[in-house]
Amino acid sequence: MAVIEISGKQIELDADGHLKNLSDWNEDIAKALAQEEGIPELTDRHWLVINYMRQEFQKNNDAPSIRKLTKESGVDTKELYQLFPKGPAKKAAKIAGLPKPKGCI
Amino acid sequence: MNNQTEEIKKVSIIISRGSLDGVYPGLILSNGARMEGIEANLFFTFFGMDAIIDKRMDNLSIATVGNAAMRLPWGQKMPTWLGIIPGMASFATWMMKKEMEKLDVPPVREFLQMIKDAGAGIYACKLAMDMFHLERKDLWEGVDDILTVGDFYQKAAGGPIIFT
Repeated sequence: MAVIEISGKQIELDADGHLKNLSDWNEDIAKALAQEEGIPELTDRHWLVINYMRQEFQKNNDAPSIRKLTKESGVDTKELYQLFPKGPAKKAAKIAGLPKPKGCI
Repeated sequence: MNNQTEEIKKVSIIISRGSLDGVYPGLILSNGARMEGIEANLFFTFFGMDAIIDKRMDNLSIATVGNAAMRLPWGQKMPTWLGIIPGMASFATWMMKKEMEKLDVPPVREFLQMIKDAGAGIYACKLAMDMFHLERKDLWEGVDDILTVGDFYQKAAGGPIIFT
């Protein structure tokens, strides 16, 4: 089991490198995970996506599809890919402290 | 280049069929590639062109004739002769579109826009354009370019090619 240390706290990760315990998540951990994914700073637009994803996860127990995300969060597809280059679905879920999305869309 | 143990960084997908079930796998694969941060090119040829012809892309359908895997809504295998009954193809198409909408799979036009916005290249085949007497104005506005086979191989360099 992989463990990372964030501000002096040991955080467990699952096999995909996502947080093992969703309750470990907080904004500092999101910032640290973002840095690891090559996103140096989380802007308001990043937070909009992250918070929307967390909210959807609590409702459906899975991350939303990109289509749903772009329709409901107010961040369109182009911007989403700019905010989370190299794979928005997985990266945003990871930073939001959620497991890897289950869907194909 | 196509060493299976290496991570895929780029993929080129050819869509050669124009039925709904012929087009969607390529759309899902290319969108999925971009979602994973994989560079993607989509190349439409032969009857696959219907998916990027502006007047046709919203009306793709399922082939019920000669489709041995076709099932009736309650799961029983559909006798293939039933496929010729008028309205069967549109019924099957309606059913599949309904099921896809439930899974949040967008219609062709919206899906292509999503794939384009995600940064994938969308190309039409030059030979198919000539063969079907098509012009640039007949195509969906999002098509990036019309390519020859040679152009396509150049674009595809560095990653696997998937033919659908």
